[in-house]
Amino acid sequence: MAQASPSKADESPPRALYCGVDVGASATKVVLIDRDARVVGRSVRPSGVDYRATARRCLEEAREAGKTDLPVGRTVSTGYGRTNVEFADRSVTEIHCHGVACFHLVGGPATLVDIGGQDNKVIRIDGTGRRVDFKMNRKCAAGTGAFLEEIAVRLDLPVGALDALAASTQEAARLSSFCTVFAKTEILAHLRAGVKVESIVRGAFVSVVTRVLEMAPLEGRVVLTGGVVAYNPTIAALLSVKIGTEVVVPPYAQFSGALGAALLAREPAA
Amino acid sequence: MVASAKVIKKIEATGPMRELMAAYFHELDAAASSGTAKVAWCTSVGPAELLRAMGFLVYFPENHGALLGSSRLASELIPAANAIGYSPDICSYLTSDVGSWLRKTTPLTKAFGLARVPKPDVLVYNTNQCRDVQDWFAFYHRELRVPLLGIQTPRSLGDLTSDHVASLVAQYRAMIPDLERVSGNSFDIDRLREVVASSYRCTQGWGRVLRSAMHRPSPLTFFDGTIHMGPAVVLRGDERAVRYYEILGREMEERIRAGVGAVDGEKHRLYWEGMPVWGKLREHAELLGARGACVVASTYCNSWVFEPLSEPDPFVGMARAYAELFIVRDEAFKERYLERMARDFQVDGFVYHDAKTCPNNSNNRYGMPVRLAQRLGVPYIVIHGDLNDLRLYSEEQACTQLEALIEQL
Repeated sequence: MAQASPSKADESPPRALYCGVDVGASATKVVLIDRDARVVGRSVRPSGVDYRATARRCLEEAREAGKTDLPVGRTVSTGYGRTNVEFADRSVTEIHCHGVACFHLVGGPATLVDIGGQDNKVIRIDGTGRRVDFKMNRKCAAGTGAFLEEIAVRLDLPVGALDALAASTQEAARLSSFCTVFAKTEILAHLRAGVKVESIVRGAFVSVVTRVLEMAPLEGRVVLTGGVVAYNPTIAALLSVKIGTEVVVPPYAQFSGALGAALLAREPAA
Repeated sequence: MVASAKVIKKIEATGPMRELMAAYFHELDAAASSGTAKVAWCTSVGPAELLRAMGFLVYFPENHGALLGSSRLASELIPAANAIGYSPDICSYLTSDVGSWLRKTTPLTKAFGLARVPKPDVLVYNTNQCRDVQDWFAFYHRELRVPLLGIQTPRSLGDLTSDHVASLVAQYRAMIPDLERVSGNSFDIDRLREVVASSYRCTQGWGRVLRSAMHRPSPLTFFDGTIHMGPAVVLRGDERAVRYYEILGREMEERIRAGVGAVDGEKHRLYWEGMPVWGKLREHAELLGARGACVVASTYCNSWVFEPLSEPDPFVGMARAYAELFIVRDEAFKERYLERMARDFQVDGFVYHDAKTCPNNSNNRYGMPVRLAQRLGVPYIVIHGDLNDLRLYSEEQACTQLEALIEQL
């Protein structure tokens, strides 16, 4: 499993790094770890239109961030653009990577919720790190990062301003639609009625949480990852209140998939 | 995608099957063009035997729907039906077929050289699968002004009672005067017995082929099955279909004897619940095959085995056969059926296809996947897509889920 030491079969140089690349729908993330699974460097940038170039650039930036020129022993790619990472030794799904990263971080059974730019995942792992089951959201982007981006556009706000606004009020405007486009129409009605912008933003955050809760029961220790949570901690707070228990947001929550990929890269080659 | 064309292993019987399907369509085309025989359009799980016994050549719009899906013409044609008031939320076989009619284009042209679909002299539906077929056939009734006849089958059945059977038999019998009028032939019970007996032999042959997949490694996949079930759908009651399944059955037996699996190095055995995504058959077959996963059984293919056709009374046989199949039954029956199939075929995982426009073939919607996973300890995924409307299908999400299921196994 992820916490095991590399076996003797590993032919990587003794001080090699292991690289995980997560080419997501919105952002590409790279994590470099050493043999002891310590994060040496990481980088994130918009995935853009050229996944290959973005992945290479991200790797360079992760090296620069980690101030390292150690060789990369192996690379595992994941995410929507996983097959476009030409320097990857293998690619695996982000479902698998998130599960591996989650177990590495919490070391026990957990329910992982990843809120990504385009889709959400709920993954349950048992006490050995084995994935019990998983669910992805349906095709609609409601409840994902793309939803919040659309809401920000409608409210003429930068996406980065959403969290502070949501945190500034306890009032949440009701957004009940499953559909992002319909939710934007609901926002128009709220604006016409004079509802404050911060209440609408908080309502959008509540909507994200509600969409997640509709996917699967969140049981046991709940771990929350993904770029949406990394940049909007209010969502974690809202989810915690809804489920009545503490929610774990690991450090580098946006890098969970890339970390899982790096941990898999560290495992002996199959 | 980690896949190559080599992943799909060719079945030698494909050649004879294509010849048989071509002969079937050419006969229909010739009859419709020359009027030498009457043509009936029939729902796929309907009273085809009765029509054949009355001398009709039988054409199946649902088969055409599948061809529209697999040729990917459907996505271009569905909007034409939407534009005249057929909702994008209803059966995409219906909307793609109606769109095909409106746009005067058909995959039968490229596949078999037919200029158009063979025009009907009568339309006969059975609501056992859904209500949409009735509205589908009603469109052609209005367009072509040909008689529309139908069987109303009760749905969500637990046990089939004698009252159900009696009602259905009465409905079949009530059709006969109209069919005699259209065909110009008198009903002959002995001819019906012959056709139903032939239909039963066909279903037995197809059933043997499907059961060969219980073997490890399985000699065929669900994706093979969706293609090779063609004769069981369109030529039930015709001895050529019986002979075809003898050929295919022998090939499966030879594969088993030689230890040849449909998927090289079969590691995982899956069950496919729901309709195929017709426009993505190859992609799904390659994705799974490349990972050593064989879909060994499915509701869709395995539903086409009609044991009750062996009844001494052919009317009772048809009534029971077409009311006892999976899609007509209640949730409890379906759950027991899937559980038995999972055990019989030694299934490691379930793939549920939630087809947006086909609720009756989407059995994930009332909690069954969770219940079965808990009881059997077999993991599952739900793919959201559609049988024909690829606008409702997300390739990335579906493939990621399929890959993740295999990783989990």
